[in-house]
Amino acid sequence: MCCLTDSGKITTDVDSLRSEIRDKSIRVIDVRREDDYKQDHIPTAVNLPLANLLSDDSPERILKLINAMGIDNETPVVVYDDTFGALASRVAWTLEYIGHSDVTLLETTYGHWKSLGLESDSNIPEIQSKEHSMNLQPNILATSDYLESAKDRDDVILIDNRERLNYLEQHIPGAISLPYRTLASNNKILRPKEDMKRLLENRGVTGNSEIITYCGSVGTLSGLAYYALKSVDLPNTKLYVRSFKEWKNLQKPTAKQEDASYWDLSAE
Amino acid sequence: MTISNLKQSRPDSAKPKIDWAKVEEADNFAKTVKLFRQGRYDADSFRRFRLQHGAYGTRMTGDYAMVRVKIPAGEIYPHQLEKISQLSEQFSIGSAHFSTRENIQLHWVVLEDVSEIFRGLTEVGLTSREACGNTVRNVMCSPLSGVCSDEEFDSTPYALATARFFLRNPMAQNLPRKFKFNFTCCEKHGMVRMVDVGLIPQIREIDGTSQRGFKIFLGGGLGNKSFVGHQLEEFTPEEDLVYTSMAVLRIFDRLGDRKNMARNRMRYLVNDMGWEKFQNLVLKERAIVRATQSVITQLEVDHTPNEIKRPIRISDESGEAAPEGYARWLKTNTVKQKQSGYSSIFITLEAGDITASQLDALADLIRDFSSEGKARFGFVQNVALRYVHEDDLPRLYSKLLEVGLAKSGALTMTAPIGCSGTTSCNLALTNSHRLAKEIQRKLLELKFDEDDDLSDSSIKISGCPNSCGQHGIATIGFFGGGGRVGKDMYANYQMSLGGRSDGDTMLGQTCLRVPAKRVIPVILKIIELFKQNKKSDDNLQSWIHRVVNNNEDSEIKSINDIKKVLEPLVVPPTKEEDPDFYLDYGDDTSYHTKTGKGECAA
Repeated sequence: MCCLTDSGKITTDVDSLRSEIRDKSIRVIDVRREDDYKQDHIPTAVNLPLANLLSDDSPERILKLINAMGIDNETPVVVYDDTFGALASRVAWTLEYIGHSDVTLLETTYGHWKSLGLESDSNIPEIQSKEHSMNLQPNILATSDYLESAKDRDDVILIDNRERLNYLEQHIPGAISLPYRTLASNNKILRPKEDMKRLLENRGVTGNSEIITYCGSVGTLSGLAYYALKSVDLPNTKLYVRSFKEWKNLQKPTAKQEDASYWDLSAE
Repeated sequence: MTISNLKQSRPDSAKPKIDWAKVEEADNFAKTVKLFRQGRYDADSFRRFRLQHGAYGTRMTGDYAMVRVKIPAGEIYPHQLEKISQLSEQFSIGSAHFSTRENIQLHWVVLEDVSEIFRGLTEVGLTSREACGNTVRNVMCSPLSGVCSDEEFDSTPYALATARFFLRNPMAQNLPRKFKFNFTCCEKHGMVRMVDVGLIPQIREIDGTSQRGFKIFLGGGLGNKSFVGHQLEEFTPEEDLVYTSMAVLRIFDRLGDRKNMARNRMRYLVNDMGWEKFQNLVLKERAIVRATQSVITQLEVDHTPNEIKRPIRISDESGEAAPEGYARWLKTNTVKQKQSGYSSIFITLEAGDITASQLDALADLIRDFSSEGKARFGFVQNVALRYVHEDDLPRLYSKLLEVGLAKSGALTMTAPIGCSGTTSCNLALTNSHRLAKEIQRKLLELKFDEDDDLSDSSIKISGCPNSCGQHGIATIGFFGGGGRVGKDMYANYQMSLGGRSDGDTMLGQTCLRVPAKRVIPVILKIIELFKQNKKSDDNLQSWIHRVVNNNEDSEIKSINDIKKVLEPLVVPPTKEEDPDFYLDYGDDTSYHTKTGKGECAA
């Protein structure tokens, strides 16, 4: 099973990132929109807006993007966003899928980084292109066909990371609901390990099961969940990256909570 | 988007005096859920255990719970609201629900996550322990206690002390049924005759010294059958408060019906036995309780005064005119306090629902505007900010507008109560929750909140004959059921008129059945009848009061006369004529009644 980094690390803490930036030993990717990035960002960071990546996420194009960001097989990469880690997770997962093994998430958001008064600038670094190899990791990807056959297996746990009301209204049969908000704690994009472990154990997400996560449309919220699961040493995890949007478009079966008008309880 | 708990609390925030939480209960709950799921805990024992910890069942499913967080005396602090906000996003539906008994409810919580909510509550000193089940439920206090100009003294410290005395107290763990205490400030603002024990603060002069005490009312309550409480004695001195409470609980514990769940609230015991007999028993039992305490038992009443400190303005007054709607809001949502220069302002929420981001905003507003640094829950699914300096009211109003909490009419008939109904409750027959929202929207659109004739009246809706929506004490009350035309069913409400919970407490009189989709026209018609027939100094409440007591001399002389006028409005159309009639509010499929098992009685 592939591990996120050789050390099994999922997130990079603020202090380590700052010293790694000083050592120039790392590539930092800012996945926010280009305008936001241009205004200011963590020093040395390159910009890869998630929308840009999603506009064509074929492996061939991703590889080109990786090369253009000066990342080779050995370059440690740290990804951050300002969207509770969900967009960063989706980008990190994509790098992992192409075969890059040394990628972690910044432990907090850019907003919090700024509120701590840490350094930022608007310099756009000059990048020397590098050559990364293509070594696809299909074991971390779930397609709709794969999910359809896997979801009824006893050793597979399917997790829906959308908000509770969306889940109640419609979900993939057999999925359990774990809203993405549950994964974070205070200023961190992920709960501390012991906390996360207890939460998941209570929900029966343990042991050697294969776990598949999905969310609304492009695998961001469920990307964060993918890393949450890895953070508690549940490595056998796949991301259904096309998520519920594709599932519905393919007119595959869905389930709902019947006989209750739960939407009317919402204040929105 | 930001993660909601990023905000740091201001260092000078007021802090709660009592920590209600126990973290062991979270671990224990998580373990017990596992045992239950493994089949090592039988369903009945588990249900009782779950309810004792404040987790209620959910409509048509065993996989979700509703967690009811107690807010003793209704006092809530900003950091507690922020925690509830966070928990609602993590484990519930991103909204919380304010109840009529000063609880905050989180609905549609996965049973296995309930212990995580307990853990979160522990961080801010709150608990849901004994919020459900056969226990002493949340101890309520009037939101105006301490600021009401008609009160003799502030009963809040006594309400808190009573809550502390009975929480986790062995004598209150297995009562025949739930048991409720309401403290109030004065006759007008409380609900002391509609509860097991209701208390109004009183001061008595004896030999030139004044003594604190209470008027205590026993054996009232709303439900499938409602009763008005009786006053125990002329005056109960404060040192007898705890002995009286214990005596009443002991009698209920000993003699209350433990078999017939439908009639085992204390009010039935009082009614069956007769008030005089019950009253004598209580007085005797109190003497025994007082004489037989092995250690001196007294309530720990904390009399340290609250610090009143007007929050410092970060920016200067802009000098701008107050935004549109300010006068209307000022009139219908604020009350002048007995402390000069200060007002209490009420926030009305549609059927008690509030979003996570509004909870965060509310926390900030308390810090920025309330000189006592906390808020108080009210009796009608609402919340009050008190000690707001009068000069700050226009600014507060514009802040409330920004976050969608400035709806006017909070203290008028346009803020109806709706229980949770079919949105989550197992017993509900109709979507009373949504109906309350629809009525509020309509009445505000018609600007009825500005009509002084309507301000003392109330509309309250329950989704079934049980009285969570308190329909029995409403000027116009409704409870849900099903109606039928041939094989087609529709949501239908029984309407009662003339209920009230003040010094002239009485239960509403049954008028007629009104289909859900005719409730709004019927309310409007009643108001029209009132306007046609009222006397110059009448308001809707006083007019209906005369009608239901057959003391009215206009063309509408009795409730039957009102019924006759309304009857044409409630005739069901055929399904072809009006298919919408056969859909309940918030539902796009044909109405049918469906209920599960109730858990009000554990």
